[in-house]
Amino acid sequence: MRRAGDFVERNAAWLFPLPAVIALIVLILLPMLANFVIALHDWFIGRDPTFIGLQNFTDAFADRRFYNGIRNTLLFTGVAVPVQLVLGMAIAVLFSREMPAKGLIRTIILLPMVATPVAIALIWALMFNPSLGVLNHFLESLGLARSLWVADSNLALPSLIMVDVWQWTPMVSLILIAALQGVPSEHYEAARIDGANGWQAFWHVTLPAVRGAVVVALILRCIDALKTFDIIYVITGGGPGTATETLNVYAFRTGFEFFRAGYAATLLIFLMFLVLGIAIVLNLARRRAA
Amino acid sequence: MNPEAYRRKQRLQKIGVWILIVAVLVVMLFPFYWMILTSFRSQVDNTSPVPVWFFEPTLDNYRNVIQRNDFLRYTWNSFVIAFLSTGFGLVLGLPAAYSIARFKQNGLALAILVARLTPYITYLVPWYIAFRQLRMIDTFTALTLTHLIVGLPLIVWIMISFFEDVPRELEEAAFVDGASRLSTFFRIVLPISGPGIVAASILAFIFSWNQFLFSLVLSGPNTQPVPVAVFNFISYGQIDFGGLGAAAVLITLPVVLLTLFIQRYIVTGLTMGAVKG
Repeated sequence: MRRAGDFVERNAAWLFPLPAVIALIVLILLPMLANFVIALHDWFIGRDPTFIGLQNFTDAFADRRFYNGIRNTLLFTGVAVPVQLVLGMAIAVLFSREMPAKGLIRTIILLPMVATPVAIALIWALMFNPSLGVLNHFLESLGLARSLWVADSNLALPSLIMVDVWQWTPMVSLILIAALQGVPSEHYEAARIDGANGWQAFWHVTLPAVRGAVVVALILRCIDALKTFDIIYVITGGGPGTATETLNVYAFRTGFEFFRAGYAATLLIFLMFLVLGIAIVLNLARRRAA
Repeated sequence: MNPEAYRRKQRLQKIGVWILIVAVLVVMLFPFYWMILTSFRSQVDNTSPVPVWFFEPTLDNYRNVIQRNDFLRYTWNSFVIAFLSTGFGLVLGLPAAYSIARFKQNGLALAILVARLTPYITYLVPWYIAFRQLRMIDTFTALTLTHLIVGLPLIVWIMISFFEDVPRELEEAAFVDGASRLSTFFRIVLPISGPGIVAASILAFIFSWNQFLFSLVLSGPNTQPVPVAVFNFISYGQIDFGGLGAAAVLITLPVVLLTLFIQRYIVTGLTMGAVKG
């Protein structure tokens, strides 16, 4: 027993994390590697796989739905995230002042991001409903024309972006509120004494001080937006047609609606490199900025 | 500008700011408000061409969802999966987080971060093939294992910062008294980090509760958790607005209640420690 204790003592540095490492290898690393093997096969789930080399990859490059998926993924992220950063910053500045019921207000801000995404998606789907949805009622009371929202292939992606903005702007705000608390108030006083107006103070004092937090919010949001699934799949299922089919959703449909595991794995390899690539580029940009 | 005009301008500005604050809160809350209204409205009121704001509330939707749709069983399934995966996540995650904090194992921390960054769906095709081969589709084992991937990184990253805050002197004093590292970990480090462990567990529980993708593919009649069950409601022909509203309220309610306890840690968890609550 004593000897076993000594062994733990000397090897704590790798024994402690060992169970977690094994779990990560089995549940994450092996599947990631397995994707590369599966992608080399014509693998219909439930049948025997046939080795076809790089056929799936050449197929992908000739597949219009693949490009459509990449386009929708990038469009979704490229529009949603900047909007969230701008709105999130505005809300952070607005909510950073002294105000009553601060705790309650913070809780309200948390709700959109912790509520079960499927529930959120269902409620938005009801609100988008072209004939009975409350959003069209709002449009009409404002004297505007009714909209088809997610039923219109041109408006479906923007509508989903709107949901994502509603859901995740609060997180950007909370990150920035935390950062704003760290800006010494003397800096604002100095700016005011120098005759800066509110906008100038924001531009020259606030923004530089929270630049790091903005980049963190940007990176986190990009990574999560690139892999958005629940909202899209529940509200539109990628439709109408393929109007909102992101790479994520296309891979899911390929694998679990058409059971083409080989091609799904191929799409997922592209998705994985897309996300990791963007994460690495953003991280390099962050280091350069710091 | 005379002082009177200046004061008036300031007051107007203040009113403007408050109008904006209220507007933001209204937009954030409206979908929840609408969800609750829908859940208490009859199907006739819900399908009226003009939204009905004032109405006689009914509990029929809740009754229907719970009785006809076996909602309690799905809730139980969700609970079992979230509970087991959180527990398992603590067993694996606490020692790992301690080790990362004490021995500065940044490589390991990064590896766990990659697990968080990679789209979950990337693991799903191989998992599905493997679990199918092992006849483990629609088992709590498969769902617990996969939900572990959601909870484990959260637990590890939250706990790293807690363990870093445990004073080293405390541990060293224990070592001097002849305590082993293992007993120091169990008797000193873990008890001090109690609040952190609670926060991390609740967060892991919430994220397992909310998980949709893994359950959609790997669950079945025996293990279906609430989000998948509710998603399946929509496929059954005519949309039952009130039923969906009631189901949405019932899934969200536990999450909202749990959130109240760990507000401070939610952003820390979601940002993988990039922002301290």
